[in-house]
Amino acid sequence: MTGETVLALRGISKRFGAVQALTGIELEVRAGEVVALVGDNGAGKSTLVKTIAGVNQPDEGVIEWEGRPVAIHRPQDAQHLGIATVYQDLALCDNLDVVGNLFLGRELKQFGLVLDEVGMEKRSRQLLDSLSIRIPSVRIPIASLSGGQRQVVAIARALIGSPKVVILDEPTAALGVEQTAQVLDLVERLRDQRLGVILISHNMADVMAVADTVAVLRLGRNNGVFDKGSTNQEQIISAITGATDNAVTRRQARGEGDGR
Amino acid sequence: MSGDNPEPGHRPLPEDSMPTGGVNAPVPVAAEATPAVDPRLIVRQEGLKGYLIEFKRRLTSGELGSAPVVVALVVIWAVFGSLNSSFLSAQNLSNLSQQIVGTGMIALGVVFVLLLGEIDLSVGSVSGLCAAIFAVMNVTHGVNQWVALLSAIVGGALVGLVQGLFFAKVGVPAFVVTLAGNLGWNGLMLQILGASGTVNLSGKDIVSRLYSTIYGQQIAAYGLAAAGVVLFLGSSLLDTRRRRAAGVPYRTLTDVLVRTAALAVVGFLVAYTLNQYKGLPLALLVFVVFVVVLEFVLRRTPYGRKVFALGGNIEGARRAGINVDWVRITVFMICSTMAAIGGLFLAAQIQSASQTSGGGNLLMNAIAAAVIGGTSLFGGRGSTWSALLGALVIGSIQSGMNIEGLSNAIQFMITGAVLLAAVVIDSLARRTQKSAGRA
Repeated sequence: MTGETVLALRGISKRFGAVQALTGIELEVRAGEVVALVGDNGAGKSTLVKTIAGVNQPDEGVIEWEGRPVAIHRPQDAQHLGIATVYQDLALCDNLDVVGNLFLGRELKQFGLVLDEVGMEKRSRQLLDSLSIRIPSVRIPIASLSGGQRQVVAIARALIGSPKVVILDEPTAALGVEQTAQVLDLVERLRDQRLGVILISHNMADVMAVADTVAVLRLGRNNGVFDKGSTNQEQIISAITGATDNAVTRRQARGEGDGR
Repeated sequence: MSGDNPEPGHRPLPEDSMPTGGVNAPVPVAAEATPAVDPRLIVRQEGLKGYLIEFKRRLTSGELGSAPVVVALVVIWAVFGSLNSSFLSAQNLSNLSQQIVGTGMIALGVVFVLLLGEIDLSVGSVSGLCAAIFAVMNVTHGVNQWVALLSAIVGGALVGLVQGLFFAKVGVPAFVVTLAGNLGWNGLMLQILGASGTVNLSGKDIVSRLYSTIYGQQIAAYGLAAAGVVLFLGSSLLDTRRRRAAGVPYRTLTDVLVRTAALAVVGFLVAYTLNQYKGLPLALLVFVVFVVVLEFVLRRTPYGRKVFALGGNIEGARRAGINVDWVRITVFMICSTMAAIGGLFLAAQIQSASQTSGGGNLLMNAIAAAVIGGTSLFGGRGSTWSALLGALVIGSIQSGMNIEGLSNAIQFMITGAVLLAAVVIDSLARRTQKSAGRA
């Protein structure tokens, strides 16, 4: 089901002053794979995402894109490679309509300087239809949309640039049950379209629902990469909380031969 | 007209039958096959009743737009018209249409700054400064009138550049930068005017003629109205055709015709009134052209989209790759340039540039005009038409009070009350929009 590795992090380390935020992080994302990035508060999830998105630069380590090492100095570099990030605050303009937000900063133009509203509306509808996103109208301001609809619009906006990897930062944190389901459906559709997805979440149910691989961070280090098929929630939670982090459990795990 | 409607979901739901909780209620799979209009969307009913329902729905959700200012205008005209019949005479209304141009031009620039959610308190001083630049260059030093005109306008743009740089690059609040500018540019104007303090325009220069020229031929005003109507109808039909071809929702033919008819009624009524007196004033024509062109810039160009985006969410705009500093600087340049143009019209009105140019309550009137017309002080919502409508309200109040022989004291109080009312309406509308999910 999953394809070749699109994005790979090799030994990424990041320091902020005296704080070692990330130490030797390894992470791989394949096309058509949903990688859940989980960990407690302060585990380094956001720092890692910012490193991939070009907001921070790693102190050590290599980011590989389609097998080649790349340097990501600015957010634009990440966008040019094909990495789209949807931050938790969505960054939508409430007063603009859905079309205006989807194409903000890369509007289609007629005659070089006039907005091609018809063309943008048509493409917006095609994009939303292809993701089975149902918005009452693409011509209503974002302010009229529910939290879940805003989230899917923000994700759809990330897709306008045809990225290969999409990073979703806590996409379901502020959503209700139905809206969460809607967003998770969308994540699965991104996977079906052969995109690599990095999903950051605190919600174990969401993670178990859509992730193919679960990467656990603890105190800025890798604390296990689990294949969803061969793991369970308890194992992941114990990795998050550090219950697997002491010598006794590691010894047990070696004995059983199925953990790390 | 139902035959040419592309929307199968064209059955309007009564508003209270909207499923409020189930925004993500499961949607029948059959609907997926035809990318139709979402059944949850309230679609306007056919015919006149549909317009009324739609209009009521917009009002109750706080999308007032120009509705309050139109109501205010009707009330003001009714009150002053009943007090003194000469208020609604063709002569007074024609004069009014010229008198509002100076303030209206300045208000046009203020609209741009307000759309960012910022304010420019220097527009009054800048208008006086640029009028002084023109008068001194043209009259005192005998510089070619076109060079003088260009210098005045470029001077305005430079003022905006300086203020914009301090605001965008240094990060000083716009309020403070332009407050300092208000004093500083006024000082520079006094310096330029020199000892005499007043420079009378020659009366034959381009600026004076811009203001005093009136096209007396009947065809001028009617022709302009007709051209406007034809242009509107043509562009609407073209838009409908393109949208239809692209398979996106479009306005029906009735819709287009109703809108065109409404425009035609207003346009020809104005033209008729103007022709009853002297004819079409050039100043009004220039003002309307500015309003239309700048509205086009705001609504139909990527630049205008950026201005609105900044007014909505600065961080969002920045992440979308918009050069926030550049947009901010250019908006302040547009504002000061419009202040310069407004100042030239005001100078032409009194045929001089003097130490009092750009002073008095001009600054307040210009900002009030933009706000009264419906541009939000909170940014992200507004239109250049609000400058025209707001200037018309303020001009009408002043004109009516002058006819009634009321003192400045009363005028100030009433204008202040109208501005307060406009800001109150803006704030209340914003609150309603929030509760109706539109802000």
